[in-house]
Amino acid sequence: MAREVMSAADVRRALTRVAHEIVERNHGLDGVVLVGLQRGGVWVAEALADVLAGIDAQHRVPVGALDVSFHRDDVGLRPIVPGSVTDIPVPLDGRVVVLTDDVLFTGRTVRAALEALNEYGRPRAVQLAVVVDRGHRELPIRPDYVGKNLPTSRDEQVAANADGVVLR
Amino acid sequence: MKHLLSITDLSPADIHGLLELTDHMVEISGRPIPKVPALRGRNVVSLFFEDSTRTRTSFDTAAKRLSADTMNFAVSSSSVNKGESLRDTVETIAAMGVDAFVVRHKSSGAPQMITRWTNASIINAGDGWHQHPTQALLDCYTIRTGLNRRDGFDGLHIAIVGDIRHSRVARSDVQAFSALGARVTLIAPPTLLPPSLEGWPVEVSHDLDAVVPHVDVLYLLRVQRERMDDALLPSMEEYSAMYGLDSRRAAQLAPHALVMHPGPMNRGVEMVVDPAELPGSVILNQVTNGVAVRMAVLFSVLGSGSDLRGSE
Repeated sequence: MAREVMSAADVRRALTRVAHEIVERNHGLDGVVLVGLQRGGVWVAEALADVLAGIDAQHRVPVGALDVSFHRDDVGLRPIVPGSVTDIPVPLDGRVVVLTDDVLFTGRTVRAALEALNEYGRPRAVQLAVVVDRGHRELPIRPDYVGKNLPTSRDEQVAANADGVVLR
Repeated sequence: MKHLLSITDLSPADIHGLLELTDHMVEISGRPIPKVPALRGRNVVSLFFEDSTRTRTSFDTAAKRLSADTMNFAVSSSSVNKGESLRDTVETIAAMGVDAFVVRHKSSGAPQMITRWTNASIINAGDGWHQHPTQALLDCYTIRTGLNRRDGFDGLHIAIVGDIRHSRVARSDVQAFSALGARVTLIAPPTLLPPSLEGWPVEVSHDLDAVVPHVDVLYLLRVQRERMDDALLPSMEEYSAMYGLDSRRAAQLAPHALVMHPGPMNRGVEMVVDPAELPGSVILNQVTNGVAVRMAVLFSVLGSGSDLRGSE
């Protein structure tokens, strides 16, 4: 049974709020880079960049993508998705990197992402923005920006994209 | 994938899967710190019974970029010189705990034999005249990126020139290129063609000048000087005049055509022009891509418990 928990408009509003929180928290957009986690986080980074462009037209925030497949602790258990290659458009030294993902679950992807980021330089800070936090963390990781906290059971599946969030 | 022994073990979909995985490895190789922990704790041993600098170094670099441990076994400094058999050598090293052997041997089929004596994965890095699968994969990857053919080689015309008969590169390349849909023409003197081409998906020509203007890829093979002693070639000069890439022939190439060579190159024999002055030369790209392709092969053999081509 699929159940819609956020509509497309809900997702849009949540991302608009998160974008404002990013500006507020960082006192502007100076040095901010959005990096989407392949693959589900890439559209989130792009959507946030669009909203941020409307808030502050002076700073076009760079958008990148990060493939963490080779850094996972379960490497080999998951297939590598062709085409989901890393693309970091600017050096990250001294920047504020906002990692974005669609759904935050165990935290293992984020752990792998933090390790992968090390190879691109030393950011001043790394923050985490997610559309949905569904709980069940297995590592001491928490998001800085959350579109929606969604209580789930472990065996449920959450699908989040710009058209909405569905629980099944 | 447990072993990589021959291109013929791979379906076209397998080849595409490895080339797509190579895209990831190219990205890793371009990072400020080109190293990922994917194969941490795995032990990769190079077992080279035949001279090779570039292939061994390329595999070594690939394994290190994936954080595997590497060990080199060179026949010149080994007990093989004291008369140890291939089997004893393999079993002895395997007993130290080896996850993969990268094997080069002058005898065709040696890597296949070794699979029977150890549980480790075997990657064929060249056996006799038989196979050199990672060379074929890196050549495919170089053409795929050089001509922007991500979906296959349908309609591409590739000419392979030189000593086809003694070349494991030619055998592997013909199989890989045609599996991806290319039309392949072999150009060589009759003495340097295999005795029978039955079953080879190729056309044959002895006239390089007629073919050059029509190819998308011109692949030159190295002429081995020892073939002169076998009386298979009259002289280097004559070979060069008939089958070498000189400036006159280079000018006949289509503007988009790629020029490739597996190295090491004989300047003044098959390569008369300076490849640095050929706009279509991707010979150094082949070397660079070789590391990424070997990373993809090592990762598929050692790093993946599941099908790499699985869906999202």
